[in-house]
Amino acid sequence: MHSNQYTLIYAAVLSILTAVILAVTAEGLKPAQEANIALDTKSNILKAVRLDYSERGQIENAYDDNIKEMVLNSSGEKMEGVDAKSVQLKNEINKAPDERRLPLYVYQGEGGKQYYIVPVRGVGLWGPIWGYVSLENDFNTVYAAYFDHKGETPGLGAEIAEKPFQEQFQGKQIMADGEFVSVNVVKTTAKIPYGDEHRVDAISGGTITSNGTDEMLKNCIEPYLTYFGKVKK
Amino acid sequence: MSTDATTEAPVKVEKKREALFSKKNVQTLRDPLDDNNPITVQVLGICSALAVTVQVKPALIMSLGVIFVTSFSNLIISLIRKSIPTRIRIIVQLIVVAMLVTIVDQVLKAYMFDVSKKLAVFVGLIITNCIVMGRLEAFALSQKPWPAFLDGIGNGVGYGLILIVVAIFREFFGAGTIMGIQFVPQWLYDIGYVNNGLMVLPPAALFIIGIYIWWQRSRNTKLVNVS
Repeated sequence: MHSNQYTLIYAAVLSILTAVILAVTAEGLKPAQEANIALDTKSNILKAVRLDYSERGQIENAYDDNIKEMVLNSSGEKMEGVDAKSVQLKNEINKAPDERRLPLYVYQGEGGKQYYIVPVRGVGLWGPIWGYVSLENDFNTVYAAYFDHKGETPGLGAEIAEKPFQEQFQGKQIMADGEFVSVNVVKTTAKIPYGDEHRVDAISGGTITSNGTDEMLKNCIEPYLTYFGKVKK
Repeated sequence: MSTDATTEAPVKVEKKREALFSKKNVQTLRDPLDDNNPITVQVLGICSALAVTVQVKPALIMSLGVIFVTSFSNLIISLIRKSIPTRIRIIVQLIVVAMLVTIVDQVLKAYMFDVSKKLAVFVGLIITNCIVMGRLEAFALSQKPWPAFLDGIGNGVGYGLILIVVAIFREFFGAGTIMGIQFVPQWLYDIGYVNNGLMVLPPAALFIIGIYIWWQRSRNTKLVNVS
């Protein structure tokens, strides 16, 4: 039988040893992990303009050649010296709309057509949800959308990360008669005062995630309208 | 004393060391594949068998993760088994397993990012996989390191075998592919064949495992009276 003192010392030593091993591993692998996340972010932004690449080279080239990054303030002016990648959306969405820093990605597509990719972030059922929505240069029609989540229920809320849900958004419109109405994520039977081009189907069994997505789009796209209004002229 | 170089060799009692791959060790390695399969006979680790078997690739990676964790945690616990204070036995096992799983998770995030995204929370759940703790308690605590290591590998492979079989069925019938390669030809879809939606949902895994157990018991006579 081991004495109490032995047990306590054993527990302490084991804990410290484990902590050291994990800390060393985590620190050592950090550069590789961060590189992966950066590449993943670029890949997701490209997915928001219907470009689905899996090769590192393809992603890097497509992104570096065709995407311009900028950060705007709420008055629609570009903020110089601020890197889009450094803006953490999870902090920005909690600020008041006029204090937010708004990253924007502009994609130069075929024939010089420009697409404006807005990053969005919100709250699902179990954790954060986020994504990128691209608009055509009429600042109204949605070209494509990409969503992802941290821990939504597989098969239910997690469906927002699947193509069928995201493809619904293609061709939808966010403006009605000059007013911002967003693309509403609602049940098929729900009645909204706007036409079909302003709604997509929510997910059966994923009500809270769907509501979160709906909120996210309204909350995150609206601040960009000032800038869009300026560029349109 | 003579000056020649012959010295009397002391008579040593040779302690019989078990060969690395003696019959007993090979048995330890082979049992979990069929006779003592962790999922179908010991009925452990069912949860992840439902969750990660939608496609073959994640199932494969998960299996490799479990093989790694089970074998090395068995090895580590067996090495320190005599020193573990009895009162905190379970917690010590848990710390070792959790550390190994965290390392697996970190390595996946660094070098196999797309797989780590698919496996997401499930890698962390290896800690809760009954097979790991089950084998530690049942085997590693009372066996020598090498057999314990082999037992870990055997159980990991037995687990992986079931996972991959289930995943092959689910991916093939649920998506027409295996490892992402399209096997169901387009003309079949054109004449009306549809991917089986049920296969993509967890209950399908339970059905397939049930059928596997039925098939396994009918051909393996040793399992006939095992409850």
